[in-house]
Amino acid sequence: MGIETSRLFRAEPVAKTLDAILNWCRAYSLWPYPFGTACCAIEFMAVAASHYDISRFGAEVIRFSPRQADLLIVSGTISQKMAPVLRKIYDQICEPKWVIAHGACASSGGIYNNYCTVQGIDTLIPVDVYIPGCPPTPEALLDGILQIMKIIEGESVRDPKYRGQ
Amino acid sequence: MSTTVAQALVERFPGDIEPLPAFRDEEAFVVRKERLLEVCRFLFDFPGSAFELLEDICGVDYPGRQKRFEAVYHLYSLQARRRIRLKVPLEESDPTVPSVIGIWKAADWFEREAFDQYGIRFEGHPNLRRILNHEEFVGHPLRKDYPIQKRQPLSKPTNFGWDQGVPAGRGEPARS
Repeated sequence: MGIETSRLFRAEPVAKTLDAILNWCRAYSLWPYPFGTACCAIEFMAVAASHYDISRFGAEVIRFSPRQADLLIVSGTISQKMAPVLRKIYDQICEPKWVIAHGACASSGGIYNNYCTVQGIDTLIPVDVYIPGCPPTPEALLDGILQIMKIIEGESVRDPKYRGQ
Repeated sequence: MSTTVAQALVERFPGDIEPLPAFRDEEAFVVRKERLLEVCRFLFDFPGSAFELLEDICGVDYPGRQKRFEAVYHLYSLQARRRIRLKVPLEESDPTVPSVIGIWKAADWFEREAFDQYGIRFEGHPNLRRILNHEEFVGHPLRKDYPIQKRQPLSKPTNFGWDQGVPAGRGEPARS
């Protein structure tokens, strides 16, 4: 979809220039969708508020519609009943998109190894960055966002994930 | 205040109600399920100490007992500021108990939860369906014999009926 699908931009010098511009834009203007289901979402609120101030990294435009977001932050425990909803939300986000599993529950199920809890959201959707902690400190989430930015800066319009779309 | 309630209960329902040791002035009684509705109505209307608040209904599973399950009713009197607990033992072969939804409307979700987690059936409940677990769930997870490692993923999103204009939670039969 978009720029990446055009053959014109796949040539080496064009692609490199384009990568530099696009990745810079994308890395410093992440629009997060907070999928907050538990206490990690409270930490997310702290990160979004003035003290930790997520906007220092350009990610302060928090959207509650997946159609307007490109970074999915899953903060909290995902139950089996919630799993199809998370999958649907992920599918509704346009490419390119990135996912953070925020906290132990989203990463692995955490302490909830029981009948109703998904043992890690990577059983449902692809995850780019896992943040450990129960809950993680706000600094840890900021570090997770920096990791996402690093991933974005390493991407290219010639990546196989954009081919054939 | 509460002693009079206890005395009145034992006098009014001899043989059907059995007091348990009180803890911090909070009385508890074992009630036969056949008389539960009468006892509840009696407490709801009790002069001077009407238990008009149903705080919780929970299920308990005692695998060793002859009557394996128990439904526990937590009542509160706003007038007398006292609590009272009613315990209703239920047999495994027939875990049914009359619904108290006609007395306390708050019983609706409590009874659905006890049904969902323990399989206790509340007769007369208008909408006895699972409330916490998804509709494809089989079994009752808080029973002691539920396999602890058993996982039951949901294959499709829960249909709450919002887009069909159907009130939430209506139209599907109860499953055990």
